[in-house]
Amino acid sequence: MDRKKYGISGFFQRIAQPFINFYKRFMDGSIGTKMSHFIMGAGNIYHGQIIKGLIYFLIQVGYVVFMVTCPKVNNTPLGYKAFINFVTLGTQEGDIFTPADNSMLMLLFGVVTFGITLMYLFAYNSSIKSSYKADKDLKNYGKVTTFRHDLKEMFGNRFYIAMLTPATLGAVVFTLLPTLFMILIAFTNFDKERQAGLKLFDWVGLDNFTTFFTNPSGEIAARFLPVLGWTLIWAFFATFLNYYGGILLALLINKKGLKGKVIFRAIFVLTIAIPQFISLLAMRNLIGEYGPLQSFLIKVGIMSEPMSFLANAPNVWIARITIILINLWVGIPYSMLLASGAIMNIPESLYEAARIDGASKFTILRKITMPYIVFITTPYLISSFIGNITSFNIIYLLTGGMPKVTGGYIAGGTDLLVTWLYKLTIDEQQYNLGAVIGILTFLLTSTVTLITYRRSKSYKEEDAFQ
Amino acid sequence: MSEKNENVKVKKIRPNYLNLSSSEKISRLGAYILLIVLCIIWLYPIVWIVLNAFRTEFNPDGTMVGTVVSHYWPKQVGWDNFKILFTNTYFPVWFRNTLVVAVFTCILSTMLNMSVSYVMSKVKFKMRKPFMNIAMVMGLFPGFMSMIAIYYILKALGLTQTLFALILCYSAGAGLGFYVGKGFFDTVPNALIEAARIDGAGEARIFATIILPISKPIIVYTALMSFTGPWMDFIFARVILGEQNTHLHTVAVGLYYMMYGQIVDTSRFTVFAAGCVCVAIPIVALFMYLQKYYIEGSTAGSVKG
Repeated sequence: MDRKKYGISGFFQRIAQPFINFYKRFMDGSIGTKMSHFIMGAGNIYHGQIIKGLIYFLIQVGYVVFMVTCPKVNNTPLGYKAFINFVTLGTQEGDIFTPADNSMLMLLFGVVTFGITLMYLFAYNSSIKSSYKADKDLKNYGKVTTFRHDLKEMFGNRFYIAMLTPATLGAVVFTLLPTLFMILIAFTNFDKERQAGLKLFDWVGLDNFTTFFTNPSGEIAARFLPVLGWTLIWAFFATFLNYYGGILLALLINKKGLKGKVIFRAIFVLTIAIPQFISLLAMRNLIGEYGPLQSFLIKVGIMSEPMSFLANAPNVWIARITIILINLWVGIPYSMLLASGAIMNIPESLYEAARIDGASKFTILRKITMPYIVFITTPYLISSFIGNITSFNIIYLLTGGMPKVTGGYIAGGTDLLVTWLYKLTIDEQQYNLGAVIGILTFLLTSTVTLITYRRSKSYKEEDAFQ
Repeated sequence: MSEKNENVKVKKIRPNYLNLSSSEKISRLGAYILLIVLCIIWLYPIVWIVLNAFRTEFNPDGTMVGTVVSHYWPKQVGWDNFKILFTNTYFPVWFRNTLVVAVFTCILSTMLNMSVSYVMSKVKFKMRKPFMNIAMVMGLFPGFMSMIAIYYILKALGLTQTLFALILCYSAGAGLGFYVGKGFFDTVPNALIEAARIDGAGEARIFATIILPISKPIIVYTALMSFTGPWMDFIFARVILGEQNTHLHTVAVGLYYMMYGQIVDTSRFTVFAAGCVCVAIPIVALFMYLQKYYIEGSTAGSVKG
């Protein structure tokens, strides 16, 4: 923490440091510490820390047993065999009498075993460190810490470990592991033809990525750029129209001397509180061919006959513009709420000073109110842009990605990258292509984030308020 | 943000309220008209759904008109749609499922989220920055890209198509969403904790007796968000619980299939609307009741990033 090295040499140094420490501990340590390099916990037992030593020893025994016996789950082994299977992704082709190897589980278990091995190495390293610390304690204080003391330390000073462990475990199993797994899937040919357990699939390198960019005859390559383009257009308009719409609404509601602020605000909060699937499905029917809105428009004379604005719209852009407009209904109340918060926090003294200087209302708005709101809510702007790139509900519930476009039976005219991903994996079972879209979406969102977020003040100076 | 502040401002302006210039009066009137028009636009679909829930019009042959119709105001009203909803559909089961999932998700996620937020804000341990960066990177992957993998992991554990699996899905990753909570704990003065430490309080005790009591706003906000999540989510519930298992659906999936399932049945729109009203009323009531916390939480989280 104290002296951080940057650049390439710093990077290598940070990689090398654990190995250097490892070597140093082996050379410096007592006979017990040296023994710990082979049998976990030996050093602790040597120093009389029996319980701690036994725990470490059991971890080692458990790991070795796990690796050697290769316990099977759903007929697919874990342990060392999982590493072999991870490379081959199964060898046994299925026939009528014997089921094929389950390539999907083999891939998954390879990742799991790798993760378990990493955790084991972590424990291994900590057992050596613990023994080395006992060496030092013995030398400096003449005694080693008791188990009770260690436990106390665990829930005292190192309380944070106890607090982080469940959350980390959950995140690893339900977020990190699945994400790694899907990234790996992008490099295989796991698709509808090769269902897990029925037919083997295999590593194919970068083939899936080339399908996206070079194969001109396929639907995938032909649809990729249009879908990406629409995703960006959508994210841009959905973000900025909602943002400025919300600010304008907030300015309107918070206008000086206006009564009923609370009621007006509550009405807009009401629309946030209603679950989206309700409001979106309501909208979809409300503006549909049979709905009251169109019959009203026809009565007034704006339209001549009913038409579809969404899934069956005659033109893709009609559906797209309708979605953006409906999204205004969904999103403006939220940004209004944030902007209201910002407006109320503007120090009155700023206004006073401006008024004394004879600034007009418009100048005050342009020079004080707007910059203040924008300054405070910029992080929100970034996160909502990313949220819009990966927004699923609004497209799926309004149009399901339709209307159809030429050359695309899977990706419709309003499909975003994420809804396309959903269709490819859930409906079409083209897991490999879906995974590629996932990775490309990640590249998109992370580029946006890297450019903007890391520059933001709140990231750099998180302790500014302390 | 508080009411008091507003009152003070109004009082300040009041003396010259009577001799407002006419342009000021016009602009104020314009603002009222504009706001009322906007409110009508925002309430138009909501009122429509509520009206449809009570719409009980009949065809000449005695069957109910359940489809979307072109008139906004119903010609006849009654409770029939609700009767159908509670006797002829799985809605009560969906509602119970969702409630169970929501309660457990709320408890689990709030605990995980709060503990991570607190540690990330107040404990400067060695792996902190890498931890935060990994969490940020994970957040950039589209959430349901990993859904398929989660599905298979749960299948390997023999857990798919149980509500327990859904609870795990909703809450296991909750620790990664620590940014809002961290933003809150960042504003808690370090001196408070230092003082307790000097008095000899252990970390666990500091968290339980000093931090938790002053964290009510952020706890309420996190609990509210995680409780309402299962009522609104659509994708995870659908994939994890399976499309066929009608008795395992949550309200969002069940109501969606009522309208757009394998057999498209648009004649059940009014029943669907009744279901929507039954779901929306408790959620909206909860939001309105906890509005203060919701506004505080979402402002703090998004504004400070």
